Amino acid sequence: MAQKRQVRVGSQWMYARDAEKALGEALRVMKEEEGHGHHESFVTKYLFSQDHKWIGVQYGFTALCFLLFGFFLMIMMRLQLGWPNQPFAVIKWFFHGTGTMLPEQYNQLGAMHGTIMVFLAIVPLAVGAFGNYVVPLQIGAPDMAFPKLNMASYWCYLPGGIIMLLSIFLLGQQGGAAQSGWTSYPPLSVIASQGQTWWLVGMIFLITSSLLGSVNFIVTIIQLRAKGMTWDRLPFFVWAQFVTSFLLLLAFPPLEAAGVLQLMDRVAGTSFFLPSGLVVSGEVLKNAGGGNPLLWQHLFWFLAHPEVYVLILPAMGIVAEVIANNTRKSLWGYRSMVGATVFLGFMSFVVWAHHMFMTGMGTVISAFFQTTTMIISIPSVIILSALFITLWGASIRFTTPMLFALAFLPMFGIGGLTGLPLGLATTDIHLHDTYYVIGHFHYVVAPGTIFAMFAGIYYWFPKVTGRKLNDTLGRIHFWGSFVCINGIFMPMFYQGLAGVSRRLFDGGLQYAHAKAAAAATNPFMSQAAIGLFIFQLPFIYNFFKSIWWGERVGANPWQATTLEWAAAASPPIGHGNFAVPPVVRRGPYEYSIPGAATDFLTQIDEDGGPALPAPAVAPPHAPVVA
Amino acid sequence: MSVHEAAHGHMEIPFTVEARPDTGLYNGKLGVWLFLASEVMLFGALFSSLILIRTGAAEWPKGWEELHVIPATINTFVLIASSVFVVMAWANLRLRNLKVARMWIAATLLCGFAFMGIKAYEYSLSFQHHHFPKTSNFFAIYFTMTGLHGLHVLGGMVVFGYFLTKGWSMAETEPKRFTNRIEIVGLYWHFVDLVWIFLFPTLYLL
Repeated sequence: MAQKRQVRVGSQWMYARDAEKALGEALRVMKEEEGHGHHESFVTKYLFSQDHKWIGVQYGFTALCFLLFGFFLMIMMRLQLGWPNQPFAVIKWFFHGTGTMLPEQYNQLGAMHGTIMVFLAIVPLAVGAFGNYVVPLQIGAPDMAFPKLNMASYWCYLPGGIIMLLSIFLLGQQGGAAQSGWTSYPPLSVIASQGQTWWLVGMIFLITSSLLGSVNFIVTIIQLRAKGMTWDRLPFFVWAQFVTSFLLLLAFPPLEAAGVLQLMDRVAGTSFFLPSGLVVSGEVLKNAGGGNPLLWQHLFWFLAHPEVYVLILPAMGIVAEVIANNTRKSLWGYRSMVGATVFLGFMSFVVWAHHMFMTGMGTVISAFFQTTTMIISIPSVIILSALFITLWGASIRFTTPMLFALAFLPMFGIGGLTGLPLGLATTDIHLHDTYYVIGHFHYVVAPGTIFAMFAGIYYWFPKVTGRKLNDTLGRIHFWGSFVCINGIFMPMFYQGLAGVSRRLFDGGLQYAHAKAAAAATNPFMSQAAIGLFIFQLPFIYNFFKSIWWGERVGANPWQATTLEWAAAASPPIGHGNFAVPPVVRRGPYEYSIPGAATDFLTQIDEDGGPALPAPAVAPPHAPVVA
Repeated sequence: MSVHEAAHGHMEIPFTVEARPDTGLYNGKLGVWLFLASEVMLFGALFSSLILIRTGAAEWPKGWEELHVIPATINTFVLIASSVFVVMAWANLRLRNLKVARMWIAATLLCGFAFMGIKAYEYSLSFQHHHFPKTSNFFAIYFTMTGLHGLHVLGGMVVFGYFLTKGWSMAETEPKRFTNRIEIVGLYWHFVDLVWIFLFPTLYLL
């Protein structure tokens, strides 16, 4: 039959008749998207979209704005730490004061920097943006399982963020924003000014958002995998998001409970977290008493330790994708990595009290949590080692995403290894609450997770826009950020070992033992922070310029194997993602298979792979279909 | 879905009504089980807080002296009955007895109203005795947990109310999908019932 004639579209072989139909459909959708036959209003398409791709973009853009704002708060703190009590125009502009920072203003900046970075910037970027955009594409699904819930998730996140922002800008006369740290420890947080109530209300919105999102992710990954996409063919990124969603699903509700209890303490006058006979400003507080401040810490860290893995697992997922693609090798030990990820997820629920060694829990409990903490380092080491071994013997393509992914490995390594002395109850006595702790977790999250996020942005930008980010600007962004970020955080280990407390608003001026170490390093660290800010400018410029004027690329510019590149256009077609439902025939990372015509076989390729060599760069527009 | 079908419209989300063969679940059912898992963690944290505060307290009031056991006992049976009713609604939907099913949904909703009414009566009795959340940690946890549970009952009632009125038309146009919806809200309703089954002895009887 004449229908048996086959043609190659992108990297997939199809019957000519099928290809014609699919192309017709793709062109129809394209026309629709360009506004000819378009039936969606601006509001449903861009504002209250139910398409996972646009929701991902919404999440990504909002989260990047919060990331920049959280960074700006930190710059003001670093100005105060580097040059204590000096007036600065930016501080004067922000607080409408004299320009000299007050201690309570520093506390607000600290609390809001932590809250914004963790709950409004990194998690929404890692899960809301990358997860939303990439997971359905990588598993060959037309959308998330519950598009309306997905929309509701974003529209809970945004009000939560706006409430946090308003608390900074509107409460100047009422004591300002929350100032009890991102951890909001009682009793201080219960007796703090009004900003703390706003913080709690904002958090309840954010928790609701993440609950809706996590249910959606898990159902999507279990139910909507394309034909042939078995569990051992899932890209590692999808596994990372899968475990992350379980952490969000099960760890956040206890914080929600804790938030409700603290709200009751503040609004209804209960004493869940207030002990009897608490003295505030020289007077015994008139309340029922009998509460337990440690209860908050337990509930908080029951969320906040798994939250650490919510921050890091998607980052590892992104780095794994980028490394496999740019080493042109299969991930070394894919199954061990998946096993380690699942084990990490389980263990993350039983380590929370290592944040509480100094609270007097008792040695037996400390010993238990110290043991589980040592155990949880093993799966992290397995994942990181597997990624390192993947590099071995590879002919590496040093693309911009790969630079960020490569930097992630040692940076996360430093962050992880410096955590071990904190996880041992004995050494923690000296190190707790010093700059060492700040250095440790910032190495995990800033040059660790944020670098992985940048790797993801540079890697998937062509998928979202059909255009590439500029490489030269990308390299300036990478090298500048890499040098500066180490300039900020490396001296913190030294400061911490010298005993500088993390809570000093004047950088240690008033403390004889801290003064020398702080004065020797703080100005340099603050200069590095300003440098880091400057090196983000090329990225911001590059980002906006490339959306409209970047170099056009084909569907699969990185010659990648996973479905989002192999089976979908760049950008993918509107609702439904794929003109043809993809059928998965092989694992996610089949690079450099001996005997194959090309150095990569995509997940939809037939056995033996494409007989024709794949074009080095696909012509623009061509692989609209599959 | 074949290419032929794709050419007539974009890919639809699969398994919204029919079960996926290898998991045996349709999307909504898996979704509600996951949601309930998170709810277990929410109430689990509150019950843990109750245990910690109670074991740390110098003295703890006797629930049956401070609270009102008889209305609460009636409420327990009201909720258990409503859980049976929602199963009857689901079973009749499967048998395509639409009118009977609608009656059982209405009965479930009525039980919800009865529960909330009796709960409001209990609250007003407590307020008359000048028992407020700030009175003691016992009342703090009592009002917080029963209040949160009451919000969950209210949420279920809103959903039943919707299915009884505006959402009912789907029972005739897409009976299978509507039956699934009642199954999902039924699972949630059982959970809310179960929380009360734990709350009642913990707060009133122990």
